[in-house]
Amino acid sequence: MRITQGTFSFLPDLTDEEIGLQVAYALRQGWALAVEYTDDPHPRNAYWEMWGNPMFDLADPAAVVHELRECRKVFPRHYIKINAFDSTRGFESVRLSFIVNRPPEEPGFELLRTEAQGRVQRYALRAYATDHPVGRRY
Amino acid sequence: MNVARTLEPPPVASASLAALYREAGIADVFERLDAELVGLVPVKTRIREIAALLVVDRARRQLGLNAEPPSLHMCFTGNPGTGKTTVAQRMAELLHGLGYIRRNHLVSVTRDDLVGQYIGHTAPKTREVLKKAMGGVLFIDEAYYLYRPENERDYGQEAIEILLQAMENQRDDLVVVLAGYKSRMDVFFRSNPGLSSRIAHHIDFPDYAPDELLAIARLMVRRMDYRLDAEAVAALCEYIALRLRQPHFANARSIRNALDRMRLRQANRLFSTALAGDGEVDADALRSIDSADIRSSRVFANASPAGEGTA
Amino acid sequence: MSTTVATSTPQAATATPARKRYDPGVLKYREMGYWAPDYAPADTDILALFRITPQQGVDPEEAAAAVAGESSTATWTVVWTDRLTACEQYRAKAYRVDPVPGTGPGTDTPQQYFAWIAYDLDLFEEGSVANLTASIIGNVFSFKPLRAARLEDMRFPVAYVKTFRGPPTGIVVERERLDKFGRPLLGATTKPKLGLSGKNYGRVVYEALKGGLDFVKDDENINSQPFMHWRDRFLYCMEGVNRASAETGEVKGHYLNITAGTMENMYQRAEFARELGSVIVMVDLVAGWTAIQSISNWCRDNDMLLHMHRAGHGTYTRQKNHGVSFRVIAKWLRLAGVDHLHAGTAVGKLEGDPNTVQGYYNVCRETRNAVDLQRGIFFEQDWGGLRKVMPVASGGIHAGQMHQLVDLFGDDCVLQFGGGTIGHPHGIQAGATANRVALEAIVKARNEGRDIAGEGPQILQAAARWCTPLQAALETWKDVTFDYASTDTPDFVPTPTTA
Repeated sequence: MRITQGTFSFLPDLTDEEIGLQVAYALRQGWALAVEYTDDPHPRNAYWEMWGNPMFDLADPAAVVHELRECRKVFPRHYIKINAFDSTRGFESVRLSFIVNRPPEEPGFELLRTEAQGRVQRYALRAYATDHPVGRRY
Repeated sequence: MNVARTLEPPPVASASLAALYREAGIADVFERLDAELVGLVPVKTRIREIAALLVVDRARRQLGLNAEPPSLHMCFTGNPGTGKTTVAQRMAELLHGLGYIRRNHLVSVTRDDLVGQYIGHTAPKTREVLKKAMGGVLFIDEAYYLYRPENERDYGQEAIEILLQAMENQRDDLVVVLAGYKSRMDVFFRSNPGLSSRIAHHIDFPDYAPDELLAIARLMVRRMDYRLDAEAVAALCEYIALRLRQPHFANARSIRNALDRMRLRQANRLFSTALAGDGEVDADALRSIDSADIRSSRVFANASPAGEGTA
Repeated sequence: MSTTVATSTPQAATATPARKRYDPGVLKYREMGYWAPDYAPADTDILALFRITPQQGVDPEEAAAAVAGESSTATWTVVWTDRLTACEQYRAKAYRVDPVPGTGPGTDTPQQYFAWIAYDLDLFEEGSVANLTASIIGNVFSFKPLRAARLEDMRFPVAYVKTFRGPPTGIVVERERLDKFGRPLLGATTKPKLGLSGKNYGRVVYEALKGGLDFVKDDENINSQPFMHWRDRFLYCMEGVNRASAETGEVKGHYLNITAGTMENMYQRAEFARELGSVIVMVDLVAGWTAIQSISNWCRDNDMLLHMHRAGHGTYTRQKNHGVSFRVIAKWLRLAGVDHLHAGTAVGKLEGDPNTVQGYYNVCRETRNAVDLQRGIFFEQDWGGLRKVMPVASGGIHAGQMHQLVDLFGDDCVLQFGGGTIGHPHGIQAGATANRVALEAIVKARNEGRDIAGEGPQILQAAARWCTPLQAALETWKDVTFDYASTDTPDFVPTPTTA
């Protein structure tokens, strides 16, 4: 299965050039850019690892694409995403977030059910990859 | 999905150098260089040569001829106040007009912006600066301070290594200009051959001759909307000759500082005169720097033989 | 109107000496102090703008004064008990009257006026939309001297705004909770609205979410009918939601409609939704202001998004000469505290001029509204840190209009394609995928700097070359537009038509 988190997961994977164009858009809006990676793609995993601090005051997307490539060299089989952060009042949050690297195979999630009272089911998601310890998942 | 977008137009049979020159706005850049910077003939000549090389390279590329991406890193040597920063800014415009950098954008730094204070501090600091400069020109003033041979644990070496890497691997993203005194830069390059070999263009900025300095002064006066009468010009000429012989002369920068002090003295003079009279001044008076404002400089006092001032 | 004093000129000052003022009998509203052309509204006043059509022979200042009077302290005759109160302060003041452009002699519309009215803050209870609406629209709309009246816009002082808690979640927290950024959210209403069994209903939910939508929605009139009791619906919908989440790795949701006959039943349904792990519940506007504020509090306490379906609003928002503008309803709902609000599509099957609809969106989403007459915003409004409401575009829209929708409304909205998902010739999943691909392709192109309003159709066609479901959607609905004149159009620009 293909995890479809992020802004552009239903499109073919973006080339580095296309990634640069999205980063350029974020820079035009005055947003800061960050590269994050993980091997635990659970939708409630709010804290992917940070590949360095967010990058502020950039003029050109090359810096972000460069950091992304460095991150890919180290974590070629991890999920990597680029986040754009807007510091203006009323937002102060991520404004754009898209996946830029994914493992060659994505085993996906198991839906765990627990019977509760009546016909109620309690649901939980478990990523198959998290059977293995961190660093040996993909 | 149509992901294959190419930046380069397909090869054609001939290219118009004139059109390339026009579209890149090169004439405009040179016009501004001439208007802003007096003299500097050897520097301007070198820049014209570089521009010509880059235009021809563009043309070769358009025709599909073999065109290695040229190395663009440069070194500007010369004494303070000889126009290195201004030329670097014009150079950024030129490179941007020709499409060698994506942004008309110059980030100017010194050692303190690149080198950290403790272990592990330097690499992120240098990378941060490199990232901010990407797409444009990184101007490192007094670059030789990065290298401190007397302290073998100096973190400057780390900054140099990261810089080298970026100059080599990210030539499409970044043009580096190193600047500083010629003699110190030569020493620096001897100790860091890796850097030296990556610099494609060395440009030396000569000191200004006295008549050039006078022209610079008159240009600055005009821009500040002041006037010099004939007597004041004569005084300024003498001033320059005397000042040149004193230590710490920084070319155009010293001239600007001197003019600022002359404006101070003019204001003081106008004020005392006005308080003594009816308090009115006209625009002419506000604009005029007279010879007294110039001659009361310490430069004359230090230089004058005893007794001359009493005349 | 039966007042007999007709000698004063329209510009007459309001200062009737106190003794004369409180003589028993009937006075013109203007003379009772409700017309105050010299009054400068205070920062702490609540301001209202009414569009009024006076009866024949009633001058506009008197009509405006009557609106001010009837929506504050006045009754039809003089009462001496006024003198026991600080009545000067409590009287609403009509401080300005302007003729409405494009009405009156030489047009098809009887002369209308904009009446600007200021209310003292002490006239209102804190944190109660019910009290606010009882004052502002309580009596005045039935008042005989007016042929018609419409509340066009309101301005609330920050001091008053701060007495409300506003949306329980807001756009920013909703996005962080759902982990969805940089694009409008996608939804669909389950169809048919009525008649499906719980199991069949949940099937639609699963298919649409797995295909790529973020939300599916109950319709306004799905509650607990004989063909599907509410608990069945909740159980099957949540099975669909969780299955789809496991298939995609995304947070998904279904707006479970908890509207019921009593508050007790509403709380019961809300609590069951929470127990099942739903991220969102839904209430209809017809539940009433008090019910909405109560359930908003409950949502705040239970980390629940609150989706508002504006059922019934068309009965009083649509006609331009009488009723309440939807922008005012939107302001009241932002105070009352909802997270999602249906605010129109401009291009779909339901009423809505593009500029006017953008005005509603801005009311929902901006931290401060500037005066924007072209979009029907008459007052500057500082929302004082109240969270932002996510506007929902729903009704007769399809993938082929994606570029128009993104161009009109930007990223912070929910685009709901009910028929446009479920009616897809290749099935519900394909319909959902077509919408998601169309959306992502348009957003990507916009960010790359392309002109989506102009090049939208080409961008969609390009994506359709590798996405068969999108190809089929564009083909199926290529000619569907709802190009009728809107009734609720701005007064200050030539009316644009929908594309």
